[in-house]
Amino acid sequence: MSPEQEITRREQRGDAESERRASREVQLIAREHQRALKPNDFHGGVHPPENKHQSTGEPIGSIPLAETLFVPLVQHVGASALPLVKLGERVLKGQMIGEADGLISCAVHAPSSGTVVALEPVPMPHPSGLPVDGVVIRTDGEEQWCELRPCEDFRKLAPLELLDKIRDCGIAGLGGAGFPAAVKLAPHTGTEIDTLIINGTECEPYITADDMTMRERAAEIIAGVEILAYILDEPQRVLIGIEDNKPEAIAAMRKAAEGTRFDVVVYPTKYPSGGEKQLIQILTGREVPNRGLPANVGIICHNTGTARAIYRAVRFGEPLISRVTTVVGEALERQRNIEVPIGTPISHILKHHGVHRGRMQRIIHGGPMMGFTLEDDSAPVIKTTTCILVPTDAELPPPPPAQPCIRCGFCAEACPASLLPQQLYWYARAEDREKLQAYNLFDCIECGACSYVCPSSIPLVQYYRAAKGDIRSAEEEKEKSARARERFEFRKLRIEKAEKEKEEKRRARREAAEQARQQRQENTDAPEAKAAQQEADVVAAALARVKAKQASPEQQLARAQRSLTSAEQRVERLQKKLNEAPEDQRGQLAAQLKAAQIKAAEARQKLAEAEASAGDSAAGPSTVKAAADSSDSSPSADKAQDAIERAKAAAAARASMSDEERLAAELEALKARVTKAEARLEKARAENDANVDAFATALEKMQNKLEQKMREQNNRGGES
Amino acid sequence: MALMRMSSPHARSGDRTARVMQQVALATIPGVLALVVYFGIGVLINIALCTVTALLCEAGVMKLRRRPVAFYLRDYSAFVTALLLGIALPPYCAWWLPVVGSMAAIILSKQLYGGIGYNPFNPAMVGYVVLLISFPLEMTRWVGPGDLITTPPGIADAFALVFGSDSIDAFTGATPLEILRLNQSVMLSQLYEAEPLLARGNLAGFGYEAVNAGFLVGGLYLLYRGFITWHAPVGMLATLAVLSLFFYDSGSSLSEGSPILHLFSGATMLGAFFIITDPVSGATSNRGRLIFGIGVGLITYVIRAWGSYPDAIAFAVLLMNFAAPTIDNYTLPRTYGHKAARKATDVEEH
Repeated sequence: MSPEQEITRREQRGDAESERRASREVQLIAREHQRALKPNDFHGGVHPPENKHQSTGEPIGSIPLAETLFVPLVQHVGASALPLVKLGERVLKGQMIGEADGLISCAVHAPSSGTVVALEPVPMPHPSGLPVDGVVIRTDGEEQWCELRPCEDFRKLAPLELLDKIRDCGIAGLGGAGFPAAVKLAPHTGTEIDTLIINGTECEPYITADDMTMRERAAEIIAGVEILAYILDEPQRVLIGIEDNKPEAIAAMRKAAEGTRFDVVVYPTKYPSGGEKQLIQILTGREVPNRGLPANVGIICHNTGTARAIYRAVRFGEPLISRVTTVVGEALERQRNIEVPIGTPISHILKHHGVHRGRMQRIIHGGPMMGFTLEDDSAPVIKTTTCILVPTDAELPPPPPAQPCIRCGFCAEACPASLLPQQLYWYARAEDREKLQAYNLFDCIECGACSYVCPSSIPLVQYYRAAKGDIRSAEEEKEKSARARERFEFRKLRIEKAEKEKEEKRRARREAAEQARQQRQENTDAPEAKAAQQEADVVAAALARVKAKQASPEQQLARAQRSLTSAEQRVERLQKKLNEAPEDQRGQLAAQLKAAQIKAAEARQKLAEAEASAGDSAAGPSTVKAAADSSDSSPSADKAQDAIERAKAAAAARASMSDEERLAAELEALKARVTKAEARLEKARAENDANVDAFATALEKMQNKLEQKMREQNNRGGES
Repeated sequence: MALMRMSSPHARSGDRTARVMQQVALATIPGVLALVVYFGIGVLINIALCTVTALLCEAGVMKLRRRPVAFYLRDYSAFVTALLLGIALPPYCAWWLPVVGSMAAIILSKQLYGGIGYNPFNPAMVGYVVLLISFPLEMTRWVGPGDLITTPPGIADAFALVFGSDSIDAFTGATPLEILRLNQSVMLSQLYEAEPLLARGNLAGFGYEAVNAGFLVGGLYLLYRGFITWHAPVGMLATLAVLSLFFYDSGSSLSEGSPILHLFSGATMLGAFFIITDPVSGATSNRGRLIFGIGVGLITYVIRAWGSYPDAIAFAVLLMNFAAPTIDNYTLPRTYGHKAARKATDVEEH
């Protein structure tokens, strides 16, 4: 062996050894790391058949653009967006067509360019099957983008600016609930966020949208995670959780995450490990407190698809106008994932996947565990459409009839929230709301694991949903009735108070009348006064009334002047009309004129009185007092006298009118009263007065009377 | 297009109540086999009589209640009740005992309360206790195991005993628990030597230990398959073992028997794995089941040691059935996200 050979051999050995050492070190580090990230288990869970292979055979595809897109303005929990477009308006792809209304609301964008053909309720994939307000766009196929605002380096922007961008791009959680992403990223709990979790679990059977996205777009997801971590001020740990049934996705994500500090954590497949609370328990061992948020324990959790959407929103300014959806089920010829514009009708998708109408027995929006069935295929894809599952009867057979619960407890073993579903079922059937709450009904996440294992095939989740709704509406009812009671009590108080005031006034009047009577008796014990006694009593009462009514002489004066002017104007108007009127209407108009003239005369008189009393009051309170003291010379008594005179005059005038004229005058007066009553009723309605009914009946009566009089008049007209 | 509307989940596991019941029935096979091997075919006649009566009663009541008869018979629950009662009854007892017992179990204990799922008491045990209290003499005459008695009854003998008027007295012998009860004077070691039943056994008496072992095997199968949880059986067996150890008194004449004797004699294993695991009449939560099992173990031991019946599983189970709803109230599991478990009696938590 030559020395050269010797040296090379030694070198080779040395190399091999150092290599071995290095690899051992790597292994050690990896093991250490794995131990640190050892996933926890959570209580319960089930292992339904995964059925993931059907839709992973093809890469994410696409289908031709639908002619019409139905974009609901609300696609998740929260308030509906406010439409920004008008009917007939041309919209560009990516243009905002609905703006967020409030915090828990999400902007909506045009998924493609085209024309707004309707703003109306559109079908919506929702368990209720009820339509929601939406924008209908007829696409032009040009896919013309609106102007986007890309951003090369997100680190140049402040986190708040990024949040604005995310909000403006209408990013909602793509995992299923569709909570506005920007809200989740700006927690207000005051707890420091030390862990960011990216949820790539996708534990629902059949759904592979996240799986395929991770396989094909891992780099975009990781870029999105970088943005999320930056917004959250670089939390200590960033964990990407993936179930172990997605080896390709795990490999792709591990590769994309190389060189970052993000950890891809893998854990055994078990439904529902993708539930936010369960995933948090798996990855961190923490529990989200009851009625709390993940942020309360320092955790923010986002879906992989959301991370990708956020990346595209920040980097390219692209709003959320399409998503990856799994189209699967044995009633379809082709099963795969597609990237599909929001608003695409499900019928359009089914058409392009060769649906067998005869074999299709239901359409499930979402997965088989938590998805809901749709009424028909007209509903569009929305931001939360993870999957469209069109199974055949054989694939997901309808449940056999339910048997009685034998409390076997399989459900309790399966419940990820550690509830006792069998007891909840028992109390839900008994409608025992208190017990339901004591058994923590509202901690149920409706994952369906209990129903899945139930040997009696009882639709447990359905019972819990109904019970929750029942309790919620009962609570609302309770609140409403409490408010009504409060209102009723206040009203009672108010009426009592008014009644008391009225009573007080009545008493004061009575006393005044009594006093006046006594005084008169004292003053006029003379026999001639006896004759005037009765009249005086009436006068005293009228006097008291006048006194009670009297505000100030000035006001009365003003009122008198006003009524005089209007009366005079009316007289003038009628005169004119009379001059111009044709022969057959003259009789009626003449009667009206006469009545108006009488009114004007009365008004004139009233004005004179008012002027007199104003003069009195101007003369000083002492005079008023003096006047009140002596009933003989009292101007008020004069006034009453005047009123009597006036009434007599009016009666005389009326007597001087012919029957026809009187009838016409009455009719006029009645008409005026009806108008007034109508106005009063209107006002009462507007103010929601309690007396609306009374007003309405009064008005009706008056109208009847008016009709009767009019008929009478017509009859007379016919006679003459 | 008429699409089906239904609530999630849309997928279901294949397990049905009938399958659960079938598995329970399947799990009794080792124990029943041991009974046949050591005590003859009497147990099979019992099971057959009980099954026929129970199914007829169930069908009759369903008919009266205007329910689909076949639908309810197919859930196998009446069969399991009959099976357990048939196993519990003394072999070769007169035919009317299984008949009366099954009627009491199905009609009185199950259907009068609303049928499957609504019975507060274990039907098989109600049937058993009704018989035990009404016909104590007939119910305590157990045949001796194997060749310990002069001539074990053959098939013809068996039918003569059950349907004829032959007396069973020629075949009966004391059970290990009875032997122990009657012992007042000798040390346990002496007793074991003196009594062939105990002397020939390895653990707790010839034949009886095998039967118990058979039910233990069946129970472990149910546990393994996840049809029952360990809580109630372990609670009961552990309590029984601890108490018998405490009162073992180092095998003196006053000893109440060794733990092994208690665990492998009488109806211990049948009770632990097949009776107290009845979900309908037992406690609901796992913690509750543990307490339920402990209660059964405690009452069983107390009656065995100081009561007037040699065995007491049936009484213990029924007494604990009474307690089950109360146990349930105080043994709610801690729900995810809650700091502590609640009590069902805390109705307000706002």
